Amino acid sequence: MSEMNITAALPEVFLAVAGMILLMLGVFRGNGGTRLVLTLTVACFALSFVVIAASMGRHEAAMGGLFIADAFGDFMKLLVLAGSGITLIMAMRYIEREDMARFEYPVLILFATLGMLLMISANDMLALYLGLELQSLSLYVVAAFRRDHLRSSEAGLKYFVLGALSSGMLLYGISMIYGFAGTTSFAGLAAQFSVGAQVPIGLIVGIVFLTAGLAFKISAVPFHMWTPDVYEGAPTPVTAFFATAPKVAAMALVIRVMIGPFGDLVDQWQQIIWFISIASMLLGALAAISQTNIKRLMAYSSIGHIGYALIGLAAGTERGVNGILLYMTIYVVMNLGTFACILCMRQKEVMVERIEDLKGLSKTHPAMALALGIFMFSMAGIPPLVGFFGKFYIFLAAIEAQLYVLAVVGVLSSVIGAYYYLRIVKLMYFDDPIEAFDRPIGREMSVILAATSLIIVLLTVGISPLLDGTAMAAASLFSG
Amino acid sequence: MTGWPILSTITFLPLAGALWILFFVRHDDEALAAKNARSMALWASLVTFVVSLFLWFRFDRASADFQFVERVDWIPAFDISYHMGVDGISMMFVLLSTLLTPLCVLASWDSVKSRVKEYMIAFLVLETLMVGMFCALDLVIFYVFFEGVLIPMFLIIGIWGGGRRVYAAFKFFLYTLIGSVLMLLAILAMYYDAGTTDIPTLLRHSFPSSMQAWLWIAFFASFAVKVPMWPVHTWLPDAHVEAPTAGSVILAGVLLKMGGYGFLRFSLPMMPEASAFFAPLIFTLSVIAVVYTSLVALAQEDMKKLIAYSSVAHMGFVTIGIFAANQQGIEGAIFQMLSHGVVSAALFLCVGVVYDRVHTRLIVRYDGLVNRMPAYALIFMLFLLASVGLPGTSGFVGEFLVLVGAFQVNTSVALLAASGMVLGAAYMLYLYRRIFFGKMTKEDLMAILDLNWREKMVFAPLVALVLWMGIYPSSFIDVMAPSVVRLVEGYEASLASAEAPLFASLWSQR
Repeated sequence: MSEMNITAALPEVFLAVAGMILLMLGVFRGNGGTRLVLTLTVACFALSFVVIAASMGRHEAAMGGLFIADAFGDFMKLLVLAGSGITLIMAMRYIEREDMARFEYPVLILFATLGMLLMISANDMLALYLGLELQSLSLYVVAAFRRDHLRSSEAGLKYFVLGALSSGMLLYGISMIYGFAGTTSFAGLAAQFSVGAQVPIGLIVGIVFLTAGLAFKISAVPFHMWTPDVYEGAPTPVTAFFATAPKVAAMALVIRVMIGPFGDLVDQWQQIIWFISIASMLLGALAAISQTNIKRLMAYSSIGHIGYALIGLAAGTERGVNGILLYMTIYVVMNLGTFACILCMRQKEVMVERIEDLKGLSKTHPAMALALGIFMFSMAGIPPLVGFFGKFYIFLAAIEAQLYVLAVVGVLSSVIGAYYYLRIVKLMYFDDPIEAFDRPIGREMSVILAATSLIIVLLTVGISPLLDGTAMAAASLFSG
Repeated sequence: MTGWPILSTITFLPLAGALWILFFVRHDDEALAAKNARSMALWASLVTFVVSLFLWFRFDRASADFQFVERVDWIPAFDISYHMGVDGISMMFVLLSTLLTPLCVLASWDSVKSRVKEYMIAFLVLETLMVGMFCALDLVIFYVFFEGVLIPMFLIIGIWGGGRRVYAAFKFFLYTLIGSVLMLLAILAMYYDAGTTDIPTLLRHSFPSSMQAWLWIAFFASFAVKVPMWPVHTWLPDAHVEAPTAGSVILAGVLLKMGGYGFLRFSLPMMPEASAFFAPLIFTLSVIAVVYTSLVALAQEDMKKLIAYSSVAHMGFVTIGIFAANQQGIEGAIFQMLSHGVVSAALFLCVGVVYDRVHTRLIVRYDGLVNRMPAYALIFMLFLLASVGLPGTSGFVGEFLVLVGAFQVNTSVALLAASGMVLGAAYMLYLYRRIFFGKMTKEDLMAILDLNWREKMVFAPLVALVLWMGIYPSSFIDVMAPSVVRLVEGYEASLASAEAPLFASLWSQR
């Protein structure tokens, strides 16, 4: 347990060093070097992505057991890196255009991403907390990055206050658990519990607080209130980032904590996850209906999606985790595509974000409308688009775990959810255009849009390799 | 898999055509692009139809097995494979789909003027999904095609539809979706119980009695909306009225058959005990559909709405026939579905003909058309009588067989259903009198032109088919007979061997 085994954490170490170098580079070059720093940051993400992908399948602990590198973590890290990297590319033109091209932006994103990677690999409550805070502190700053804009500052502040509260709850939960179990190590905790054994009530209280803190991070109901405001207020590329990488990382954390140390206590926490899941699905579906701002809509949509993903956790089985991994992968792709569209919503050099502004998009920008239409149908879970398969495996896990109520509520809320996704399709295809969006949308946006929509359409055919990957990742979580 | 994958060819040829239009028809010049898209769509659908004729000639009519089977592993980890094949029940629905699509393209030749490219793409994609659904031999594949149909149909109604198109499109989509997602859960439960989603394997699997009831209800939720059965039929008149002509044709011609096909393929053979238990429910709803919607049809002012309600009534016959669960009933139901697919499609095309000229579907805006449009009046009369069930037309065979089948099971159901035929004649003939007979008084009808050659070409195959099916139905019944016999035998065998004293006997006195 005491060995360092630094190679297991090589990508994280690399990113930490690179982050500091890039920070220095930025300081010396000034804001004129933003584009360079940003490009290098993306390159660092790409390099880490390659390194992790190449070492997929390893299973080793490091830093005296604080850190674990396994297939589950690697899979989630790949998702996080892809999400961070692509949202950073999408941000490039935006930050230059909107006068927020400061070199701190890519560096902050890099540190946030580093925090996520550490969260995902955490094998101890303290490591978990450190990773989480590194991520959160960076995110608070990024949310308020347009400090001269009221809404952005408000979003940052709101996020910070509520985030601090949730961190407090998390810490309180951790201390309760430590107090009753005498250890913070996941392995040590797991060794103490066995299925069906009596658990001290204080420990349960600790787990409840821990869950509440984590639910805040994945913006699950009833800890979701910050999400719409922050999504709406933060600059759009930041929202895109929030909707992808941190969600995946927090989800990975929730899974690792619940299945790892508390895996044998599934009876104790299953009902909590069950409730959170149902509440998130229903609120996500119902509250989104009346939204007029597309970023707020996406916030509620993400709350709903987290609800679906949690079904897999409520099942508490390997297949459930497998379903979540698949779901989150597809979720990231759909969100990247959708936010690429949202970032293209500019009229006369001004960003617009009302849903109404999409009217008649199919006539003015047919390709973009097609792509967004594909994402919407996919999010609604209509086959043959791949969003359907995300739901399919989640519900399969629910049926196998005999969570019938959860499954039925889930499918019914997906029908309600379909309504607001269809509303966007309706605006784009059934209505007449009022004013067209600016052209050109930029080459990198075209590439991202084309790539993500093709993945959504074609992944259905070749989903088998992806499923093998998720199965391997899920298995690694249960084997040790 | 042996030889040439003909079913995949039929399924994906239209999709290839759609992709071709999407990528290779440039939209710089609107008129030229429209012209190219039309002809490309026509060619793609015609070639598909010709290829699908191969099925008709090569189909082994003595066998009850699935034929032209193809199987490729798709998701081996979950034992889900791309498995295609047709038997006597599904083969003719494939042909119906491939026949109606080129007719739809032809029928929209002049009437669709805006966004022709997208329109043709939507229809070709729709054809792929319809054909794939009838060929699918894996539940997941089936579901993918079954649900996928919603996307192009939603767009067709919503973009090219009439005044309340948005409302109709949403209603269509959400109604159908809510039934389907429950079926999805049932599919997952079946997979959990049987460990596979392969349809031929599932047909041999027997599900526990208690589970069957829930599975049946979930499947019912989906298929009853699709058929549609009373009281979940209300989306249909809206969708029909607002959809463009060709959209109505596909909707009535093929999409409604998906529900009946689903009952035949899944509910009856896989959940026999539940089917027997719930048969009285089906009979009740179907009889209400037949009588009630016929009366509603009598009061309609809109031609399309009238035909839509008549569809609900005719599909009521289908569900009666299926759950009569004897050979005559099921053969009648399949025949009725095929016949209704041709006849209602033709009737919607007929409405489209005058709608293109006068731009209204209100019955009061027409009178005395027979004076100016004799050919049209003749064709309309033929399809109308086929719809009513005149002997010698396709409609008669199906309804007669259904009534024979129903009579063996429940006389009062047969009696009430037969009364629906009388009502059918009433509303149809009343419609005909109002539109075609009397003096021509409306100014704008004075210069109306009879059918042009393109329209005649659209109707010619349908006329031939209606007469062929009416005069010599054996060529169709022979195709389905072995599969139906096997279905009925399997159904009765599993009822006889049901371990508990059949919970269907709760209804007793049978």
